[in-house]
Amino acid sequence: MTSRDPFQRRLTQTSRIALQWLTEWWRLAHLGAVLLVLALSPSSYNPASRRILTQQIYLNTAPILVGFSVLCALVTVVLTRIVLVTAQSYGLSQYALQVVIRVLILELIPLTAALFVALRCTIPDGAELTAMQASGELDDMRRQGQDPVRREVLPRVVAGMFSGITLAALSSMVALVVAYIAGYGFTTSGIEAYVRLSGQVFSPAVSLIFILKTLLFSLAVALIPMASALYGMRGLHGSSVRTSTEMRALVRMFAVILLIEVASLVGNYY
Amino acid sequence: MSTPPPPLLPTPPEPVANLEIKARLLLLLMLLLVCGSVLFVLYARGAFDATQRLVLMADDSEGVVVGMDITFSGFPIGRVRRIELADDGRARILVDLSAKDAHWLRTSSMFTLVRGIVGSPNIRAYTGMLNDPPLPDGAERTVLQGDANAEIPKVISAAKELIDNLNALTRSSGSVGTTLENLQTLTARLNGPGGALTVLLGSEQEAKKITVTLDRANALLGRLDTIAAKTDTQVFGEKGVLPETRATIVQLNALLGDARTSMKKVDAVLQDAQAITTNAKDATADLGALRADVDANLRKIDGLINEINRKWPFARDTEIKLP
Repeated sequence: MTSRDPFQRRLTQTSRIALQWLTEWWRLAHLGAVLLVLALSPSSYNPASRRILTQQIYLNTAPILVGFSVLCALVTVVLTRIVLVTAQSYGLSQYALQVVIRVLILELIPLTAALFVALRCTIPDGAELTAMQASGELDDMRRQGQDPVRREVLPRVVAGMFSGITLAALSSMVALVVAYIAGYGFTTSGIEAYVRLSGQVFSPAVSLIFILKTLLFSLAVALIPMASALYGMRGLHGSSVRTSTEMRALVRMFAVILLIEVASLVGNYY
Repeated sequence: MSTPPPPLLPTPPEPVANLEIKARLLLLLMLLLVCGSVLFVLYARGAFDATQRLVLMADDSEGVVVGMDITFSGFPIGRVRRIELADDGRARILVDLSAKDAHWLRTSSMFTLVRGIVGSPNIRAYTGMLNDPPLPDGAERTVLQGDANAEIPKVISAAKELIDNLNALTRSSGSVGTTLENLQTLTARLNGPGGALTVLLGSEQEAKKITVTLDRANALLGRLDTIAAKTDTQVFGEKGVLPETRATIVQLNALLGDARTSMKKVDAVLQDAQAITTNAKDATADLGALRADVDANLRKIDGLINEINRKWPFARDTEIKLP
């Protein structure tokens, strides 16, 4: 048994952690690229795959669509009233609806939609994939010459992205309508001013950032749980609950979402 | 050695009726939402509006952003499309006016860029003469700038000056302090022996003079009172001027009565004279009638003589014989 220098041991350990960290991110990026290629190739949409894809899209989106829209409408009513009353008390009511649109539609709804999809769809999908990986089902597919990424991962990622984008778009529309009603009441006389106000908020740069942010949020919540499920099982034995695959996937997903949000804020307001 | 728990196998999802159609509907919904959102944003940004270009020249375009409104009477009629630096160093604000609202702007319209204390600046248009020719496309106008924030230092400076003046006034050596001291002296004099007279005349000696003058005036008034009493006796007493005058007036009244009687007599004499005159007048009229009768009689006599002359043989030959 040879005694090693503590500094060297620590250095080795740090290098190993950094390498592992880089490997994980590289695998994530690689999987994302592979899935993008697969999503864009027509061969991925043969009748069998299409059936699985439509099933995943429907099951990931339809059950949560109405509930999330209603939740968004309620939150919009409450927030709009709060902002309106506060703005009126300061004599700044002309800026209230602009603030509501900026805060709700540009910032809160895409983030909330992404987290909702993650909690309701993609994390359970990731857990499902983890179970399939653990049971050896995916290895069996590989042995049978089927690509598990194309067969099992791609439909789930596409369905997760679809769900995230649909929820964000529908909730934005609902929030726009509800904010108008909360601000002006049930009258059509304010529509022109409201549309103009919305147009002022959605400048080309802000619109582009909004679209990119929604897409990246959806991609992050759809991809990261799958990547963790696919690559996280190796070396799992012996690790504690604190470092389990699901936990690390969650942490990574939230970190990515946070980064995207910060980047969008920087883009919008700096 | 503990064995890891067997992994939970995923249960296959329950089959969904008409899955294909539902999924397609969902796809359609998403496409509609995305396309609708894009179209809404384009419409809200005025991408489908017919526009007319207006160029506003400003000394400073700070706070002006692309997309902000230009308002007329509080209604938005156009949007800022671009801001650029002109050759002369001023800011060129390119505005797209909505074609349907452009008629509110005339060649005589004025444009202002007003910065409020809160919020972004506002570009406002004012048209005084709506009968003027419409503003042409691509017109270039200078925008008048007003800045509420720029006024704040001036206001603060004025307020500071005012406070300094107030401080100078209210200092112990200032005008207000001196006035207060004078007021205090005044109050002390008012409460002093001379009272208000001391205040008015400046010293107690002068006030005493006034008092002496007043006393002398009082004495004079007393004497005048006595004189008046004596005058009363002289004028209105028993043998005063007034009773004598009254007796004289009575005598005058009697004299006037006599005079009135004499006048009545004169009046009767005059009436008699008037009657005599009337009689003489009537007599004169009778003489006229008498004369007329005499004239008539004389004419009759003359006629009679002429008749006799004609009838009698010794009447003259009155025929005219021609040779």
